[in-house]
Amino acid sequence: MGLASKHLLGISELTPAEIVHVLDTAETFRAISQREIKKVPTLRGRTVINLFFEPSTRTRTSFELAGKRLSADTINISASTSSVTKGETLLDTARNLEAMSPDFIVIRHPSAGAPHALARICRAAVINAGDGAHEHPTQALLDALTIRQHKGRIEGLRVAIIGDLLHSRVARSNMHLLTKLGAEVRLAGPGTLVPAEFQALVAEGDLRVESRIEEAIEGADVVMVLRIQRERQSAAFFPSLREYAVHYGLNLKRLGGAHPDAIVMHPGPMNRGIEIASDVADGSRSLILDQVSNGLAVRMAVLYLLAGGSVLNQNMLAQTKPETATTTDTHAGTTTASAPAERLEPVAAGQTKSDDKRRVKSADHN
Amino acid sequence: MKLLIVNGYLIDPTQGLNGGKNLLIEDGRVAALVAHNEGVPEGAEVFDARGLVVAPGFIDLHTHLREPGQEYKETIASGAAAAVAGGWTSVCAMPNTDPVNDNPAVTRFIIEQAERAALANVFPVGAITKNSEGAELAEMGEMRRAGIVAVSDDGRPVPSAGVMRRAMEYARGFDLPVVDHCEDRSLTAGGVMHEGNWSLRLGLRGHPALAEEMDALRDIALAELTGARVHLAHVSTRGALAAVRRAKERGLSVTCEVTPHHFTLEDDAVRDYDTNTKMCPPLRSHEHVEAILEALADGTIDAIATDHAPHHADEKALEYDQAPFGITGLETAVGLAFERLVHAGVVGLERLVQLCSVNPAKIFSLAGRGTLRVGAHADVTILDPEHVWTFTASGSQSKSRNTPFDNWTMRGAAVATIVAGRVVYRRNETTEAAASHR
Repeated sequence: MGLASKHLLGISELTPAEIVHVLDTAETFRAISQREIKKVPTLRGRTVINLFFEPSTRTRTSFELAGKRLSADTINISASTSSVTKGETLLDTARNLEAMSPDFIVIRHPSAGAPHALARICRAAVINAGDGAHEHPTQALLDALTIRQHKGRIEGLRVAIIGDLLHSRVARSNMHLLTKLGAEVRLAGPGTLVPAEFQALVAEGDLRVESRIEEAIEGADVVMVLRIQRERQSAAFFPSLREYAVHYGLNLKRLGGAHPDAIVMHPGPMNRGIEIASDVADGSRSLILDQVSNGLAVRMAVLYLLAGGSVLNQNMLAQTKPETATTTDTHAGTTTASAPAERLEPVAAGQTKSDDKRRVKSADHN
Repeated sequence: MKLLIVNGYLIDPTQGLNGGKNLLIEDGRVAALVAHNEGVPEGAEVFDARGLVVAPGFIDLHTHLREPGQEYKETIASGAAAAVAGGWTSVCAMPNTDPVNDNPAVTRFIIEQAERAALANVFPVGAITKNSEGAELAEMGEMRRAGIVAVSDDGRPVPSAGVMRRAMEYARGFDLPVVDHCEDRSLTAGGVMHEGNWSLRLGLRGHPALAEEMDALRDIALAELTGARVHLAHVSTRGALAAVRRAKERGLSVTCEVTPHHFTLEDDAVRDYDTNTKMCPPLRSHEHVEAILEALADGTIDAIATDHAPHHADEKALEYDQAPFGITGLETAVGLAFERLVHAGVVGLERLVQLCSVNPAKIFSLAGRGTLRVGAHADVTILDPEHVWTFTASGSQSKSRNTPFDNWTMRGAAVATIVAGRVVYRRNETTEAAASHR
């Protein structure tokens, strides 16, 4: 099973079954990053363009590594170094990139809907890496993967999402995903940043806006803290960062209202001491770095599934050069040397293993 | 020069006419209304309107023709061609050109260009304030003398109640209606669509309905204070319509118009981020569309106006929040009105004629228009309520293609347009007719 759509534009278009499928696939990919040789030939010969019109550390690195670990050629373009600075429009940039026949365009853009515009004109699969305040689907998927690993399930969990929801694409994607998988979602933050209309965001599902953040956190299994998006706030939505930290920041005292085993998540980058206190961010319940590791697996899964990946078999997990690595990984250990990954890669037929090595190396230099 | 329109079904609410009559036009004026069986006067051309409705010429109170200054979007000639192709015999040209129509020289230029195009009548609307900056009053008296029929800072609504008060007081002296685009910009800053569930879901900033209602309430209060004639443009919200309804009950001189896109589409049309769903005021949610339909039925709404706002394809091919507001509308308005209002049972044919012709003529005091009385200007719109047709943007007479109604099939259309006794448009002869007049 692949995904119904050729593109990944948002969680709102995915079915619960598709979401679970991405998570299951990502679970399998996690193993690869734990090996010494962190690369499989699954997407060899494919090209991934990361087109970033906003600053990003985590998402861009994560997509780049995801592509590289699947042996795709990955290229990064950021707005500050592109022809956008010469006045080229988004669609012209996209058409020019299309002319070079990429297989994937991963786009981050400050305008909601920019990936949708690209998807209308591109043959390549378009992956939304965050569009304005609309969606950030891979972030929600990696959050779900992290929750599932620690709680074993999503259904029936109480999840509090607190902070600047109005400007947050992460919040919207998470609201869609968590309600689709049956979680109880509670929202809270300053009234200026958490409009009551959020309750109507999803047609079905348990989504509620609480008036105080303590109410949202009460009994929560998961507390997601959102970043104060200073760059998107054209007007003052609250009086001062100091006041925000005091009244809306997640500290140990507020976290005390949550379930004793509650986990804490933050999509990054954090404003320490504002929306999250350092002792919470660095505490034992914080999964912030797990989220980052899972991001890589989720993005590998998304690239794989959009490339038409169907049944995930063990061949796919075969390392590029198994003989050069001492196979300590348990997953890879189940792979037999006679079942090379080339089966998934028609172009690889007839190639020698040394060819593989050279190709992969050259890809690394792009 | 004589033209006899025979076998048609005449609807003219100004004379209580609703039945079969022949219409004789002579030298650009209505000469006589006679029975179907009367003979053809000597030397008269005959237009056979069998099975068609003959109505006083439709008048669009709200058109952006873009000339002078933005001829790449539209010219007065191309806009006039689109107007007559849509059944509009007259259009009222909004002043937000470059330069702004805030002085008699620009007014005269617009009128001269319209005379050159010789298709639709073009009535310029002057600015309320200089350069529509909302500060100093524009030369309304001089523009009136040059030919404006109303004043408006459309698109850049006068923010100051104090300035608006002076404008109304001053405009009253020239009997000029003051047209306002109601939008409290402190509530809409950064907004690109209706504020509601869809804006929240799509991550786009919203225009709350309240922003229109508050400005409408202000204008109505000022109308009461000043005694000015106030016309509210493209009203789109339940609250503003309720305010107009109350104002009318109290006998104030307040009128309003609505656009076809606001009674046809809802804010969910934005879901795919098509920039041809972006206009101001924005497409509203279901409850507001329902309120518009109610207000069309109960008479609160006086006129249907297009807010035809052409933009070049390159400008619309931007990110949703970067693209300009506005869509074309001259050629789709009548079809949509038939489809959504007449055939849906919201209004009858007679009321449609009031909304598109009789009332617009009254609101802007266009003497001898909006009626087929003997002696009136021979501006006639001929309608076929049953004509099924498909609008294609590529076949539009406008220079621009920014419409959400591309490839929409509609039942009901204007099939011929007569201006000053001259047939300037006939369906299926569109290209030749319009081309020969360019």
